[in-house]
Amino acid sequence: MTGTHDWPLYEIFIRARSGLDHKHVGSVHATDERMALEHARDVYTRRQEGVSIWVVRSSEIFASDPADADALFEPARDKVYRHPTFYNIPDEVKTL
Amino acid sequence: MYTQGLDSAGREPAPPEAAADGALEARFQARIDAEEKIEPKDWMPDAYRRTLVRQISQHAHSEIVGMLPEGNWITRAPTLLRKAILMAKVQDEGGHGAYLYSAAETLGVSREDLIEQMLDGRAKYSSIFNYPTPTWADIGAIGWLVDGAAIMNQIPLCRCSYGPYARAMVRICREESFHQRQGYEIMLRLARGTDAQRELAQGALDRWWWPSLMMFGPSDAESKHSAQSMRWKIKRFSNDELRQKFVDFTVPQADFLGLKVPDPDLRWDEQAEHYRFGSIDWREFEDVLKGHGPCNQERLAAKRRAHEAGRWVREAAVAYAEKRRAKAAPQAA
Repeated sequence: MTGTHDWPLYEIFIRARSGLDHKHVGSVHATDERMALEHARDVYTRRQEGVSIWVVRSSEIFASDPADADALFEPARDKVYRHPTFYNIPDEVKTL
Repeated sequence: MYTQGLDSAGREPAPPEAAADGALEARFQARIDAEEKIEPKDWMPDAYRRTLVRQISQHAHSEIVGMLPEGNWITRAPTLLRKAILMAKVQDEGGHGAYLYSAAETLGVSREDLIEQMLDGRAKYSSIFNYPTPTWADIGAIGWLVDGAAIMNQIPLCRCSYGPYARAMVRICREESFHQRQGYEIMLRLARGTDAQRELAQGALDRWWWPSLMMFGPSDAESKHSAQSMRWKIKRFSNDELRQKFVDFTVPQADFLGLKVPDPDLRWDEQAEHYRFGSIDWREFEDVLKGHGPCNQERLAAKRRAHEAGRWVREAAVAYAEKRRAKAAPQAA
């Protein structure tokens, strides 16, 4: 069966309104980037949920391995002093 | 639209896991118990992956096949506005199928393989779409009852443990509520119309009531693998619980329309604060699942025809993309 086996997978990112980030919403199969854009428009913005669409070939996405998550994110774990709540400021000081 | 957990009928028992898998499985279950979401690259038991592939893909097939009974009335809708609305609803169903195939693909299967399984009858879709739509009132009944039942099933799925499926369900639920209102509004208009229109509405309710109740799947006692699905937080409520809730919500809606639910045993139980209803004919359900429903052959034939007829479009699209690439990239040095 020929056909969509040859169509690469694209991940779709949509900016819902200006001021917001592009957010990952899902994927589409398409023959190329331009078709991916149109398919993404049809599948993911039927209710005006987008002002901008990014399509990225899924094969271009390089992701961290969940199995490595502990080691990868370890540096931040003991740096609680990066959070404002770590600091004791006397109550008299109102604007800090 | 929901697939009533068609995956949960007669699976082989899982093979014994290796000791290392046992520890991984314990950690996996702990994450589930803590209401953590499982994402595509996370470790998961093979059985969890398999059951999700089956459930999500059958859900997707249901959306796509579900376009057919309603598509039947697009050329014959009573007004231009209703035609546009019906087209929008059917487009949504196509879109829902697309969200779900995307979610299924995150589990390592190809969309083309899933579709092939549907076309050759190996994979199932929701039994409800094997019924015909002989009148415009059936379009109202489908929106009201079938989408209504689907919503009942789908809202809990928004919290299912597998991230991509849960997120797809959130999108779908948001879009599904217009579907139900569109259907109910059609029923309202007919029920308040001429005698002939009221009869059309009643006829549609008579045809769609029991099949809609069957959408929730067999009774809990018959549902062997429900327990595992619940442990893995794929399924959050039992079939019977959801079916009961649907009846409790829907009977007052039928009363408001002035239509009669085709169940002589239906009565309000004051003590329990629930509607009691008659027995479902599960043989009809089994028959339809086996392929002997009124429209099973017709639905599959329509999908196969569409797939064949569209082959040249898919091939042309690939050829065109290649031509465009060749033009854009001059001979490399």
